[in-house]
Amino acid sequence: MPVVWVLGCVAALLATAVAAVGLGRRRGATQAVYAASFAASAVALITAGAQLALAEGVAPALTLPLGLPWLGARFRMDALAAFFLVVVNLGGAATSFYALGYGKHEAAPARVLPFFPAFLAGMNLVVLAHDAFSFLLAWESMSLASWALVMAHHRDADNRRAGLVYLVMASFGTLALLLAFGLLAGAEGSYDFAAIRAGAPTPLVAGLVPMLVLLGAGSKAGLVPLHVWLPLAHPAAPSHVSALMSGVMTKVAIYAFVRVAFDLLGDSAWWQSMVVLALGGGTAVLGVLYALMQHDLKRLLAYHTVENIGIIYIGLGLALTFEANGMGAAAALALTAALFHVLNHSLFKSLLFFGAGAVLTATGQRDMEHLGGLIRRMPYTSFAFLVGCVAISALPPLNGFVSEWLTFQAILQSPDLPQWGLKFLVPAVGGLLALSAALAAACFVKAFGVTFLGRPRTSAAETAREVDRCSLGAMFMLVALCVAAGIVPGLVIDALAPVTLSLVAERMPLQLEVPWLSVVPIAEARSSYNGLLVFLFIAFSASLASVVIRRFASHSLRRAPAWDCGFPDPSPATQYTAGSFAQPIRRVFGSLVFRAREQVDMPAPGDLRPARLQVEIRDLIWDWLYAPIAVAIGYAADRFNRLQFLTIRRYLSLVFLALVTLLLALAIWP
Amino acid sequence: MAIAFDVLVQGVQMTVVLLAAPLLTGFVRKVRARLMRRRGPSVFQPYRDLHRLLRKEVVLAENASWLFRVAPYLIFAATWVAAALVPTFATGLVFSWTADLIAIIALLGSARFFLALAGMDVGTSFGGIGSSREVMIASLAEPAMLLIVFTLALAAGSTQLSTVATYMASPDVGLRVSLGMALIALVIVAIAENARIPVDNPATHLELTMVHEAMILEYSGRHLAMIEFAASLKLLLYVSLIGCIFVPWTLAAADAGAAALGGGVVTWLAKLAAGGFMLALFETAIAKMRVFRVPEFIGAALMLGLLGTLLLFVSRAL
Repeated sequence: MPVVWVLGCVAALLATAVAAVGLGRRRGATQAVYAASFAASAVALITAGAQLALAEGVAPALTLPLGLPWLGARFRMDALAAFFLVVVNLGGAATSFYALGYGKHEAAPARVLPFFPAFLAGMNLVVLAHDAFSFLLAWESMSLASWALVMAHHRDADNRRAGLVYLVMASFGTLALLLAFGLLAGAEGSYDFAAIRAGAPTPLVAGLVPMLVLLGAGSKAGLVPLHVWLPLAHPAAPSHVSALMSGVMTKVAIYAFVRVAFDLLGDSAWWQSMVVLALGGGTAVLGVLYALMQHDLKRLLAYHTVENIGIIYIGLGLALTFEANGMGAAAALALTAALFHVLNHSLFKSLLFFGAGAVLTATGQRDMEHLGGLIRRMPYTSFAFLVGCVAISALPPLNGFVSEWLTFQAILQSPDLPQWGLKFLVPAVGGLLALSAALAAACFVKAFGVTFLGRPRTSAAETAREVDRCSLGAMFMLVALCVAAGIVPGLVIDALAPVTLSLVAERMPLQLEVPWLSVVPIAEARSSYNGLLVFLFIAFSASLASVVIRRFASHSLRRAPAWDCGFPDPSPATQYTAGSFAQPIRRVFGSLVFRAREQVDMPAPGDLRPARLQVEIRDLIWDWLYAPIAVAIGYAADRFNRLQFLTIRRYLSLVFLALVTLLLALAIWP
Repeated sequence: MAIAFDVLVQGVQMTVVLLAAPLLTGFVRKVRARLMRRRGPSVFQPYRDLHRLLRKEVVLAENASWLFRVAPYLIFAATWVAAALVPTFATGLVFSWTADLIAIIALLGSARFFLALAGMDVGTSFGGIGSSREVMIASLAEPAMLLIVFTLALAAGSTQLSTVATYMASPDVGLRVSLGMALIALVIVAIAENARIPVDNPATHLELTMVHEAMILEYSGRHLAMIEFAASLKLLLYVSLIGCIFVPWTLAAADAGAAALGGGVVTWLAKLAAGGFMLALFETAIAKMRVFRVPEFIGAALMLGLLGTLLLFVSRAL
């Protein structure tokens, strides 16, 4: 049974975690731990991939004598779980391979090595779990292991703050999930997913649970306004863990939402999908705008994860909408788009974090304002990072474009919806999606241009050296996958068919039978896209142009100082920086979204002090939502502080009063 | 045999757009010059310019990377592929289903992505200013364009350009509010995307007002030729796009035979001439905007596109 294989891999990962504690700082510990993690992830990946490809009809649940004594721990690998296991273990395998090289630079390996396999095991278990108890247990162990990894470099005050915010938000998320499963389990307390699926929820439960799961899973995935911890915590961890958290753990959160909203609950009301769509659209645009304002490379990538989560939630919201209105084919299209983007994002976001880690290893810098010109010092890393940038900016012929294109096609299916609210919301969300795609391209021109192009801004950037082969190997593996998923998207879409069949009882048309490997979501007259031909055409046209030019045009080439309109300045400080690059966009969008203010302090003529430009950007969500909560908690804590200094008589009378109140409440309760 | 003919027609399309692109640029320049009561260079001047650039040596900045040398070919290739997929004189060409309108927009986006990166490669302040402004303009023009695509796709029930053109040529379309909005928005986007007045000035030599020209300041010789050629192709693409969507009646079907195709080519050239003339007229009548006024200009297109889409969501008949 395949589920046993994957559980065996999880056991191997847990054993590795224990062994890592024993190994401590011994030589070779890093290699051994990451090699074991790589092997376990690879086996789990192959098992889950085979399960998804063979698509055996009914996946039986496996019950282990663990957990609650009357329930046991149930595990099951259906098509949905198999797909997410592929995503988790693909990311896990790539990250472990990368860490074979990258992990050598870790200053405190004993703080990373035990938690890394435990984190992987936790994510696998969340996806495998088939009862609410093991699900929540696995969810919490995943959260705690990742928290420990965020705190690996705990001497940095910023990291400690990130850890605190993460812990609070993770507890909040688990609380929401706990309530959701409590409601689903009902009075009998049936925690088994099969029992939940079979039971008919009351209207109150059916209305409340998706919103609670949206809160719980959304806070882990980074849905605005629950995203505040993400850009703090993801960059604080070591880079390969950042890749796992951004590329994979957010997907596990998406899995939780899909599992509950599509599988366990079945039908949903259309107003719920409106909430999901509105949050998704807002998340997509706000995420990329935040990302554009950053000059820390890893934080930029983390904010960009928020954007992609928004895109995925737009797809999921559309699928919920169509399902609620009985439009099965459209729901399958939207769900396929969302799941395709899940896979894509896990590929290119891991790739980009690997690149950022390589830059960090080579230069010791995360701040883009201190980098530049790395394309000459680190040619392979920069090429891989460039491919990741093109893919994430949704540019053809790479994979990011295909999933966004499918989402657009799904939006175009929606004028047939009967509800007026959706008729107005969906086009607006389409506009937001288009805006976020365009801004993403701007964001990655900035990220790549400032980090890798231009002239080096510091000596660290000037003397950077290419990173080791394991890191490069992991990056190029992901590059190959990004290209492959972009030019033969039909393969991925067909592999997703069993998932959509099991969730919305419909599938997209078989793509591999379409001639020339085109993607045809509905019918060829409506829309089609052929990544392979676009790739071949571009390759053909570019080589034709270069051959013609080689044959007929001048060959001579002379190196000379840069022209720069006749006034080149040797100082690299005269280049455009990350801040100046984003300035036009900050002016257009930022004054509204971030209350951005620019202050120019120009000294009077004859005054020798330097002129200063000060930019202030406010995070309005923090200011309006979180800061008041923090103030309220501080105020309440101050008030209740008096309770700490009472006499024993008063304490006793308080206890007595509380007892009387509770007894009264019990007596009055019907 | 039919497939050979289809491929031939597709090949003719690819070649014809390549040959006609500099001519359109030269024509617009000539008309502008005449409107300003100048004599102006010959309409064939862009060909001579390209020829001259190809013969010249490349002066490459000392710290230019491989990306700087590869980018012109990628930009040219992506633009050429996009232009070849737009129905110019015939619909339903054999490869027209390779990419729909969304993919064509995204292909142009790829070209712009590499152009903006190339602008940042040498590390001069002018390259940076050009790239930064270009992506700002694009970040508004692209969503506007996609909303226009939504409007068209909702009206025609397809994002496939050939299907859209066939639908627009059918008699049951008539005058529609949403399509009128889409036309105005598309013209605004076309002006912004092609770096024409009032958004940008292709003939400027004042550095601080440049956007497109600032990005390619460091290019010379054959590299510059490729980029100039790509810019001409892009202009041709947009004029053909407006023509094939809003004046589709003269498009031939791909299997209509040589005579109909010939007629399609002639009318397409007439459409290009009309479009080029109107562009030149518009450019002479208006002044260039400040950079930070541009968002308002393109924002109008964005709002028109959104309004058109919303109207169609409310009723398919609007």
